[in-house]
Amino acid sequence: MLTYTIRRLILAVPTLLFIALVIFLLLELAPGDPMAEMPLTIPPEVKEKMREALGLGQPWYVRFYLWLYQFFIVEPQYWIDGLFGTNFADGAQRIISFQSRSPVFNTIAERIPQTLWVVGMSYVVGVIIALPIGIISAVRQYSWFDNFGTFISMVGFSVPTFFTGVLLIVIFSVNLGWFPSIYDTTLKVNDWPSFVKQLKQMAMPVFVLALYNAAQISRFMRASMLDNLGQDYVRTARAKGMTEKVVVLKHVLRNSLIPVVTVIALGVPQVFGGAIITEQVFKVNGLGQLLIIAIHGNDVPMVLTLTFIFAVLIVVFNLIADILYGVLDPRIRYD
Amino acid sequence: MHDGGRPVLEVQGLKTVFRVRGGEIHAVNDVSFDLKPGELLGVVGESGSGKSVTMMSLLGLLPSPPAEVRDGKVLLDGQDLLKTDEDTLRDIRGGKVGFIFQDPMTSLNPVFTVGYQIMEPLRKHMGMDKKAAKARAVELLELVGIPGAAQRLSDYPHQFSGGMRQRVMIAIALACDPKVLIADEPTTALDVTIQAQIIELMKELRQKLGMAVIWITHDLGVIAGIADRVMVMYGGQVVEHAPVRELFGNPQHPYTKALLKTVPSVRGERVRRLTIIEGQPPILGAPPSACPFRDRCGSAVDECARRNPSRTAIGKGHDVACVLVEQKEAAHA
Repeated sequence: MLTYTIRRLILAVPTLLFIALVIFLLLELAPGDPMAEMPLTIPPEVKEKMREALGLGQPWYVRFYLWLYQFFIVEPQYWIDGLFGTNFADGAQRIISFQSRSPVFNTIAERIPQTLWVVGMSYVVGVIIALPIGIISAVRQYSWFDNFGTFISMVGFSVPTFFTGVLLIVIFSVNLGWFPSIYDTTLKVNDWPSFVKQLKQMAMPVFVLALYNAAQISRFMRASMLDNLGQDYVRTARAKGMTEKVVVLKHVLRNSLIPVVTVIALGVPQVFGGAIITEQVFKVNGLGQLLIIAIHGNDVPMVLTLTFIFAVLIVVFNLIADILYGVLDPRIRYD
Repeated sequence: MHDGGRPVLEVQGLKTVFRVRGGEIHAVNDVSFDLKPGELLGVVGESGSGKSVTMMSLLGLLPSPPAEVRDGKVLLDGQDLLKTDEDTLRDIRGGKVGFIFQDPMTSLNPVFTVGYQIMEPLRKHMGMDKKAAKARAVELLELVGIPGAAQRLSDYPHQFSGGMRQRVMIAIALACDPKVLIADEPTTALDVTIQAQIIELMKELRQKLGMAVIWITHDLGVIAGIADRVMVMYGGQVVEHAPVRELFGNPQHPYTKALLKTVPSVRGERVRRLTIIEGQPPILGAPPSACPFRDRCGSAVDECARRNPSRTAIGKGHDVACVLVEQKEAAHA
């Protein structure tokens, strides 16, 4: 398993470099000018100077190389310096956003907590409610619980989040006034009332996204359980005199979780990607929103860096899913 | 050879139906038999004849719904299993009654070690602690002839071959010293040499442990070699029942005769074509009111369509459910 993991990690390096190149070239080929939003009163010569100041006068391979150098060498140095108070970076040039003129990673660090709180929490909540629903739906197939669950997941699956989100805002914020419709990022949680306030402002976006996640995962869980409930080993377990609880929650569940855990692991990068639409609807200034703004502003370093981070997460969680598969299923050995 | 002694298992008038959309399927119709201690009862019949369903019905192993055991008595050591609660039944399954199933490749749980799966019933039914259960598991694996038993406990099912897995299944079935072992086509999925090994093993174990065995199969060759008594099933009922030599030497029911003819022989003249029984076994939407075999029977008479014959004794331990046999017996008397 260890050699497999190391091999996969080494293989990931050329994969990621290639992904970085593709993203870079795509952005390079895309039309757009970072100076487009500058006032028209600025003379063209000045604009040209500003472009050169941003490094845009260099050929693409030089810019690509510099970005790689900054991403893999300079930024980690700054990170280590920040952690241990050392001075590896020594004032080297960081990746700077075209829009805000501040380091890209500082902005990302500001945005991550909101995304993790809202989108991450919705994923956790989604998984926690999806698993039991999937299990019960499979064990009591075609019961009223199963039918109800099927209906709810169909709704969660097919109704877009921008609809459920707005619907919830209309009902609970506008009409009932129970929850705020705008997520307040400046809120600091330091006592009980502020914690309640945080919970309140998280409630609706988390619910909207959790419904969507739970709908997907509970279907997976149910299908996987049904697959396994019909297997011969289940009859063997019953013939051994095991209680239904042991049969279902031990023999069947352990087998059913194998594909579901993989699906859950593969879904994690999406959490970091933020839920672009839901973040927009509830005005959560997370990573999804950041990416949209950066795209609108032709902020190439920001878009490139964010997209590349998502790519890294996807590659890493693919690897994690594969390793989990091997851990859970003894039939799969990678060495 | 195992005459005398009270039967360990007595089944009377067992009826099992499956509720399906738009009606019922009568899978087991009025099946009665008994099993004496240490005896091996062979149950033969083609697919769909109700052999497996009968045995699964005894201990509530059929999924309910759709299955429903509607009538009958199943006495194990005098206790009626159809009237006991689920907890007691569960203690009997894997305790007093062990099961072996057809396909050893899928009958073991792939994600648990073989040792764990053997120890599970030991800990539940015998209340053993981990150490005792482990020692017993090693003993059981040695008993069923798995070399290096102690090391193999921590292996997973996929690390065993088909024959070895069936040995593990047997070890699980034998774990709690069952009085009755129900083997549902235990050798069907194995290739012939392995089949012979498993049959030899079962013979040996039966002598050593003295349990009674119900061996379900459609392979008459296997039955001839291992059974004391044979029960032939068709259409969810017992059509003929006799000691093994009697059945092979003096078959009476047309279905039994036809079954015996289908066994290819290497002796004598080379057969031109293999013999088959034309048609399919019936799917019974209602309790049979006529002989279920009449449509495929070469010697059916009018009366076969009018009533379902009951089992008539025609010799020592030999009974047949056939109108023709009844008429012949009546003529003799």
